[in-house]
Amino acid sequence: MLKIWSMKKEQQKADNADAAAGKKKKVTAAQLRVQKDLSELSLGSTMKTEFPDPDDILNFVLAITPDEGLYNGGRFTFTFNMSQNYPHEPPKVRCQQKIYHPNIDLEGKVCLNILREDWKPVLNLNAVIVGLQFLFLEPNASDPLNKEAAEDLRQSRDNFRRNVKTSMGGGSVKGNPYDRVLVNHHSYFHPYYDQRGGSSAGQEGKDFEEHQGRQDQGTVEGRG
Amino acid sequence: MAVDAGVGINEANRWRYLNHIRKTKGPFNEDAEISEDGPDPLQQSKILVIGAGGLGCEMLKNLAMSGFKDIHVIDMDTIDISNLNRQFLFRQHDVGKSKAEVASAFVMKRVKGVKITPHNCKIQDFDEDFYKQFQIVICGLDSIEARRWINATLVNMVDDEDPDSLKPLIDGGTEGFKGQTRVVFPTITPCIECQLDLYAPRAAVPLCTLATIPRQPEHCIEWAHIIAWDQEKPFPSLDKDDPEHITWLYEKALNRAQEFNIPGVTYSLTQGTVKNIIPAIASTNAIIAGSCCLEALKIATQAAPSLGFNDNFMSYDGTEGVYTNTFKYEKKDDCAVCGSLAKPLKVDPNWTLRELLESFATNAAAQLKKPSIRTEEKTLYMQFPPSLEETTRPNLDKKLRDGLGLVEKQEIAVTDPAFPLLSFKFILRFS
Repeated sequence: MLKIWSMKKEQQKADNADAAAGKKKKVTAAQLRVQKDLSELSLGSTMKTEFPDPDDILNFVLAITPDEGLYNGGRFTFTFNMSQNYPHEPPKVRCQQKIYHPNIDLEGKVCLNILREDWKPVLNLNAVIVGLQFLFLEPNASDPLNKEAAEDLRQSRDNFRRNVKTSMGGGSVKGNPYDRVLVNHHSYFHPYYDQRGGSSAGQEGKDFEEHQGRQDQGTVEGRG
Repeated sequence: MAVDAGVGINEANRWRYLNHIRKTKGPFNEDAEISEDGPDPLQQSKILVIGAGGLGCEMLKNLAMSGFKDIHVIDMDTIDISNLNRQFLFRQHDVGKSKAEVASAFVMKRVKGVKITPHNCKIQDFDEDFYKQFQIVICGLDSIEARRWINATLVNMVDDEDPDSLKPLIDGGTEGFKGQTRVVFPTITPCIECQLDLYAPRAAVPLCTLATIPRQPEHCIEWAHIIAWDQEKPFPSLDKDDPEHITWLYEKALNRAQEFNIPGVTYSLTQGTVKNIIPAIASTNAIIAGSCCLEALKIATQAAPSLGFNDNFMSYDGTEGVYTNTFKYEKKDDCAVCGSLAKPLKVDPNWTLRELLESFATNAAAQLKKPSIRTEEKTLYMQFPPSLEETTRPNLDKKLRDGLGLVEKQEIAVTDPAFPLLSFKFILRFS
């Protein structure tokens, strides 16, 4: 048998390393990466994480409570699941409520390019979270997952906004019942936010670009 | 004229030509290896073959015919009719049977004196104790995930005080006319994880294309796979090897394709798309498996220098004539598996976690001001996000050994947002 061990010892001498292997279970590559991602999150006031099992950081829930835009006043939760293949594979993200949104289907599947075709291992959880936030500020009708909601948004933004409100209150839109997601949010009492909702793409877009600037990573698109 | 095959056969003659190579003194082998009475490395090496498919069949045959006597093989798959063109250890009446079992039985029948032990299961079903028994691991796999798993397992197994814990890993891979052979000496040379960016990511289709306007037959199949299955859940969980499940997807995809006037959805395309089947050519498999087994033979016998310490990667391309290039892939310092191997860290077991964290600020090797810290199974303290900080805060005042249950030789992982590119792994040593 090849004398591999003597090579290792020689290499160690050269590196002057005192690498010591433990007998206990080792931290996996995915765990280490998620730990790193989590400690670098920038959540802001509209987002909160919950860990059903704090020792299992590969599974958590993110709550988003938008304080502006069409979905202002709602509270939406998403499950995040990272496999041991993370970050080679994107996180699996699902909305836990049935909501009326062009880019989220009734099963909770989310259409965000970086969760699928544009995922790269250099992206991180922060990029995904910023992307989700963006979906609530700028629902995108051009490539929908919920076709009816997209059609609605395309035809009349006012109509769409009314339907979003109805759905968030637990009402039905076009015969389809939705989950109640309203919370008593401070900005809910700001008529200003309600009114600007639809036509404020410029401002919201700018916020998003700033997020992106900090991220300095791939482009995020809300895709259907 | 009839010849009685049982008479006059000298068993040693069977291996005469192989032994000629092995027993001739050269610049690379030592006296013990060529001596007639010395221990036979091939008799003593127990070798593990992972995968009994296109590459695996070739490898089992090659290893047995190269004189390896004790071979184990793991494969979780059963034989499909589409395997028969190249997985030559299987016959039509074997369809549906375990690949590992049929392949083992065939080679044992063909090659006298070899013992092959089949394992019809996943590699993840075994732990380090199982992998410890082998001297060499050789992989003919079709999945990146399985490669990463066995690679991480072998790297983590290396114990500095035990030379036997280091297992050379030989990895073969093919796709159509192309292939590669790599040799990894875990912790010494670049591991599979170091080379991860060589894999082109699988082209994914935007979910909205699947949901709204498919353009290709594959879009219809992916729609059935990802969206329709989830909505209708015809079976509790999708088994990609169950023909009934694939048939369900095929029919769904076909309906959708007809709706959008897209031709080309077939049962085999459905199976191929869902299982992400990679094109396989018998001769490419034979070349790559042959190269892998040569490396195994050279590592075991030292008859010639193997891939590994210098050049460690052989790429092969048979698309236009034959092109091969053998080169040295470099180890990555920041490799998630082998790059940041744990360093020993002396701590007082009676310290509180807070004292440990504070010590990182002054530790010359770390200098961390906002460390977050975990073990494999426990979140000890996370500075962020707030919900996790709050639940782990009570740990700060607990003692390492008695309060948190940390033990000697425990591995801990430490990260700090100030160093986004760094993470630290330490092995606890109690003082």
